[in-house]
Amino acid sequence: MSPRQLFDGYLDPRRPHAGAYDEMFDPVDGVRTAYKRLHDSLEPLQPADLTTRAEALDRALVDQGITFSLSGEERPFPLDLVPRVITAAEWSRLERGVVQRVRALEAFLADIYGDQQIVEDGVLPRRLITSCEHFHRQAAGIAPPNGVRIHVAGIDVVRDEQGDFRVLEDNLRSPSGVSYVMENRRTMARVFPDLFAKHRVRAVGDYAVHLLRALRAAAPASATDPNVVVLTPGVYNSAYFEHSLLARQMGVELVEGRDLFARNNVIYLRTTEGEQRVDVIYRRIDDEFLDPVHFLPDSALGVAGMVNAARSGNVVIANAIGNGVGDDKLIYTYLPEILKYYLGETPLLPNVDTYRCWLPAEQTEVLDRLDELVTKPVEGSGGYGIVFGPDASPKELQAQRRRIKANPRGWIAQPVVQLSTVPTKVGERLQPRHVDLRPFAVNDGDDVFVLPGGLTRVAIPEGSLIVNSSQGGGSKDTWVLAPRASDEDAELRGPGLGTATVKQDGASTPERGPELNVAQQQQQQ
Amino acid sequence: MLARNAESLYWIGRYVERADDTARILDVSVHQLLEDATVDADTASRRLLSVLGITPPDGSTLDVWGLTELVAMSPETGSIVSSIGSARENTRVAREVVSSELWQCINAMWNAVPERQRAARRVGPHEFFTFVEDRAAMFAGLADSTMSRDDGWRFLVLGRSVERVDMIVRMLMSRVDDRPTSPGWVTVLRSAGAHDTYLRTYRGALDASRVVQFLLMDRLFPRSVFHALQQAESCLDDLDHGPAARIGAGAEAARLLGKARSDLEFLRPADLLDNLTGRLQDLQTTVREVGEAVSRQYFHAVPWIEWNNAEVNL
Repeated sequence: MSPRQLFDGYLDPRRPHAGAYDEMFDPVDGVRTAYKRLHDSLEPLQPADLTTRAEALDRALVDQGITFSLSGEERPFPLDLVPRVITAAEWSRLERGVVQRVRALEAFLADIYGDQQIVEDGVLPRRLITSCEHFHRQAAGIAPPNGVRIHVAGIDVVRDEQGDFRVLEDNLRSPSGVSYVMENRRTMARVFPDLFAKHRVRAVGDYAVHLLRALRAAAPASATDPNVVVLTPGVYNSAYFEHSLLARQMGVELVEGRDLFARNNVIYLRTTEGEQRVDVIYRRIDDEFLDPVHFLPDSALGVAGMVNAARSGNVVIANAIGNGVGDDKLIYTYLPEILKYYLGETPLLPNVDTYRCWLPAEQTEVLDRLDELVTKPVEGSGGYGIVFGPDASPKELQAQRRRIKANPRGWIAQPVVQLSTVPTKVGERLQPRHVDLRPFAVNDGDDVFVLPGGLTRVAIPEGSLIVNSSQGGGSKDTWVLAPRASDEDAELRGPGLGTATVKQDGASTPERGPELNVAQQQQQQ
Repeated sequence: MLARNAESLYWIGRYVERADDTARILDVSVHQLLEDATVDADTASRRLLSVLGITPPDGSTLDVWGLTELVAMSPETGSIVSSIGSARENTRVAREVVSSELWQCINAMWNAVPERQRAARRVGPHEFFTFVEDRAAMFAGLADSTMSRDDGWRFLVLGRSVERVDMIVRMLMSRVDDRPTSPGWVTVLRSAGAHDTYLRTYRGALDASRVVQFLLMDRLFPRSVFHALQQAESCLDDLDHGPAARIGAGAEAARLLGKARSDLEFLRPADLLDNLTGRLQDLQTTVREVGEAVSRQYFHAVPWIEWNNAEVNL
């Protein structure tokens, strides 16, 4: 057996989307520097060894209950054995781009739910805003105390054929997946400890600390010790595991709508010790279900009166209501204008080229080239409704043509981006599979913190470009390498709580119980 | 009950707790070393070893594997394996006073050690640590449900509580020169299994002085030093069948435990961090003295005398 077995036939030129950027192998120079050590550690492994680890990994995930629900069934979130590596330099570019985007979108949302200056100035057409399904008039005029509306953002990025990062979409409502980032790391360190030993990987475990800090900073000024809660739709929600993990790590209550009630524009929590005032609600419920008074009247998940309480400044809803206008896929195409208008900057992270079916000229082009483009609904999430032109049958294309003509505001089209590939365990081999990346940003009003890592989702079926977990995607542990000269920790080192001069006296050696001596042992025989 | 059996039960309690806590400390420290690239493995390992009272080897640089090998796998004194072995030895000599289920639990644990060690070398140390933690939890559960609450039970719990104080103090010792904002403090909580409870108690705010407070003084958490001292004290109380002392404490062990407990009980939380190192060292000394006092009072150990060449020389 040759030692290269695991990577046999990896860069087969006949594989689908052979033009995609592979993050481990350069077609000319071989293994890229970032992956050198990882490659060297993996290469000598036997396929059977890899399978043992994969089984241990699955078992650990199931034991810890790290699952997501797919059509009502609890499943472990498939975690691939091979981590994805991002170098310090790549990360710092990406990080700056994400921060820039979050700042611009904050300014945009504040404007849209305020004076709408950007519309007054004719930069964006008013019709673009008002036709957005997630533009909520109910949220107009609600001013958050510290000005933050995007407490948590998940910016989906992909690497194109040249290896450059591009933004695929923004998620400003309640982006999920961060629990998998933390748990993937913990589980990987347990199951594959030897891989970590040769790398300096930046830690992701303190996400909850940053989130709690941001949520507390968002509280109304009147709250001295803000009471933060996590509002979940309930145990049947697909991301329930994440809701409970975040509540647990922040040490705050995980509540459902029925645990809360509003009186005189103040939200209270029902507890055994009576009612308790709530200052910040980190909600993982969609806008439409949040408050039956203003939105869906039959919502059983929300709290009647929540929007009014937020309007009177007694409670802060995080993320804010109506953020969906910022992550609409049509508004996404205007992001360069938005960045220029508010920050006077050009995008550090480019968008993927996008055609707007909304504009007649571009619609004609989309309809002409429907068989080579990907068409996506502007509202969609979870990978539903996406049509890949090259894979679609003429009948499907015809149906898609009708849908676009009927509702041009509802569709955008993009050329097929061949997402970059990373080695992924498929059967007994490592095969290239397409990945995206969702870095998570937390805005506490002063700083935007980007968790060094993020959720790498991987499309398991061969050739598939859809990475959503609902479409059979898995995930990878994402390693952001620490810069080589990171002595900042050493510099920050201050005095400790005491001095660890361990006295080597009797008290520090562990006591032992009585033992029979040799003579006693022998004579007992 | 027989003094020799009482002594065995006391040491079973201590060794099982020691194996459990050492595994917990290691499990958390090893994974911190793996996940956090900014920690120097050699320094951290050496500090941990000295706190556990194991002599670090000279010369070679220690890494995660070296540390695990030394603290978990080697049969050397102070390692997890040696604690398991000693616990089994003590159970073997006291089989008539422990339930057979309890003996089986310990014996099965001891028998499974080599196989678990092989597994750990193959897939990583976590495998071994969870095995030890699981078995220790099983032991505690079986003891709880199969032993009658007589003096034997009290000696077992006494040993466990005394060892618990010792180990929590060692955990804190290993972090005491970390800066207050260091992420290392989370690892202390994780080692003690106190992370979730702590987060709920303090609403997620992680702060070194609160961590120390929680582990030393919390009234409700069973792995806090205060709670363990109180439990040890109540065991001694129930064991003392002599006439009630009218002045002062009757027995030295009870006096020492009561003093340490009330020191913590009536300490202003704000004063806790003044001379923390000294306080921890005092607690460690107390543990040692309690051990000696218990052994003098109950176990009546006699030195073994060799009667060879016992001629009368005039």
